[in-house]
Amino acid sequence: MRSFAKHLALGATLATLVAALLLPPVLHSFGAGYYVSTAGRVLVFAIAATSLNLVLGYGGMVSFGHAAFFGLGAYATGVLVSEGVLNGGVHLVATVALTALAALVIGAISLRTRGVYFIMITLAFGQMLFYLANSIKGYGGDEGLNIRARSLLVPGIDLKDANHFYYVALAVLAATLFGLHAFVRSRFGRAVVAIRDDELRAEALGFATYRMRLAVFVAAGAIAGIAGALSVNQQGYVSPNLLHWTQSGTLMVMVILGGVASLWGGVLGAAVLVLLQESLSAYTRHWEFWTGWVLLAVVLFARRGLAGWLARAGGSGR
Amino acid sequence: MSVLALEQALNGLQFGLMLFLLAAGLTLVFGVMDMINLAHGSLYMVGAFLGAWIAGLTGSFTAGIVGAVLGTAAFGMALESSLLRSLYARDHLSQVLATFALILIINDGTRMVFGNDLPLSAPAALDGPVVLLPGLSYPAYRLVIIGAGLALALLLWLLVTKTRMGALVRAGASNREMATAMGVDIKRLFTVVFGIGAGLCAVAGVLMGPLLAVQVGMGENILILAFVVIVIGGIGSIRGALVGALLVGVVDTFGRTVLQALFREFLPPQMASAAGPAVASVAIYVFMAVVLAVRPQGLFPARG
Repeated sequence: MRSFAKHLALGATLATLVAALLLPPVLHSFGAGYYVSTAGRVLVFAIAATSLNLVLGYGGMVSFGHAAFFGLGAYATGVLVSEGVLNGGVHLVATVALTALAALVIGAISLRTRGVYFIMITLAFGQMLFYLANSIKGYGGDEGLNIRARSLLVPGIDLKDANHFYYVALAVLAATLFGLHAFVRSRFGRAVVAIRDDELRAEALGFATYRMRLAVFVAAGAIAGIAGALSVNQQGYVSPNLLHWTQSGTLMVMVILGGVASLWGGVLGAAVLVLLQESLSAYTRHWEFWTGWVLLAVVLFARRGLAGWLARAGGSGR
Repeated sequence: MSVLALEQALNGLQFGLMLFLLAAGLTLVFGVMDMINLAHGSLYMVGAFLGAWIAGLTGSFTAGIVGAVLGTAAFGMALESSLLRSLYARDHLSQVLATFALILIINDGTRMVFGNDLPLSAPAALDGPVVLLPGLSYPAYRLVIIGAGLALALLLWLLVTKTRMGALVRAGASNREMATAMGVDIKRLFTVVFGIGAGLCAVAGVLMGPLLAVQVGMGENILILAFVVIVIGGIGSIRGALVGALLVGVVDTFGRTVLQALFREFLPPQMASAAGPAVASVAIYVFMAVVLAVRPQGLFPARG
């Protein structure tokens, strides 16, 4: 029975992957090529939301400043591009180094607090970086930074092309999900979940709880940074608003909407929220209003997020 | 220099008192009901819009305040008894999602009804400056804000420390289960408390309207400052909220003036003009991090 469920999950994953690979040509064949860039946006947010789900869902750390890492990554790559450094490898290394360092410092301090105090202190750090981004006048200040060029990956890939961007982002998302899947099954991942469920017990078992939580916090920050680097490549623009607390709130909403501590939660939440916004804004200027009602309905009626609701509807009983 | 310092101290006091009006309701919701209400800033915005609208209709600023307080309190109580009440028992994440959704709904709803912004100016009689000391003149309107803030703080203090209702609220903040076991109807009490908190938000919104701007989204930035205030002061404590608000007001104002002046003094001009504003805005959050590092439960923890 268990192996049947396993096969089913593997089949569903492969089917999703094939569908994702076929999406651009299908959209083009329906004359809806424009939506490839929307799909690319979904992927970027899916990566960021999945990284937040790692800290928040599996690590049990309710970080309310996650957009800071996303924005920091976008700035790291954006500033390098505007300085004429176009090598994508350099961008990746710089982005990961900067966001991991920031997450290390912020995490090292914040993880000394618990509960709502952790929420508030991560929020405070996020706001600090937001104001910092506002003040770097040399790189746009509060107006943001436009870049004309894009990261150069390998010859033949042009990130300005929506299709190319889509497949690059898809590869990053697939790697992120695979990494998360492997993490959850690893000894380290199980230990982190055990710390989330009962820190005292995990500590008594001899786990270095503080260091393990910090490692998860840093990894998630770096992944969010990569998502930010992708974002600046897609939009050609980075602004301090990417670091504002409402962005952190949006990422958090994606995770909760999709399903906390569920592998696909971040992807599902990002897809639903971005597509909701896209489709509603086609009909009404007041898409925020209706999005709010949908979110409220999810809180009240799908208590474990969409992933939990789907699992129940699918009858797997989890 | 001392005149400047005094003026800045008054500015800090004024900003701090307004923050207190927001933080008072927030800290009770957080402390007693263990509820993260991100939509608290929306009440501030709703109050400001109602006030500006009524003041525009009647031509009277006072009518604007009174109408805004009554309207926002009613709105807050309706919100509490229809939706927020069902969230008290849920985890913090659900509360974040639900109240974030409320921000979206209320922001856009306000936009539908009133448009993106409304004009609101201080009463003409309070337009000019008042000479407080030789060499120190201070805007009359800001003095009125300080007076109103102090009066409301005093009123709230009396309400919390001298009345039966205040005792019940304090009992709830210290230990909700025990208070309920002693027969306190926390739920009904809380609808009223929430209404009062909403009314205070409205006062702050209308009074700050002429200084800042009455526009959609005005609640989001000040909400975070209000959270900083209650975390510094100790969640659930009105006294903590007052002390925290005044500290944050003063740190913010001095960060904007004194720190920037210091930067101009000691750094090359280009660096100073770039780093100055950032340091001023960051000062509050550094302050909060320091307070939490020294006293993780805030200055006046309410939980007994």
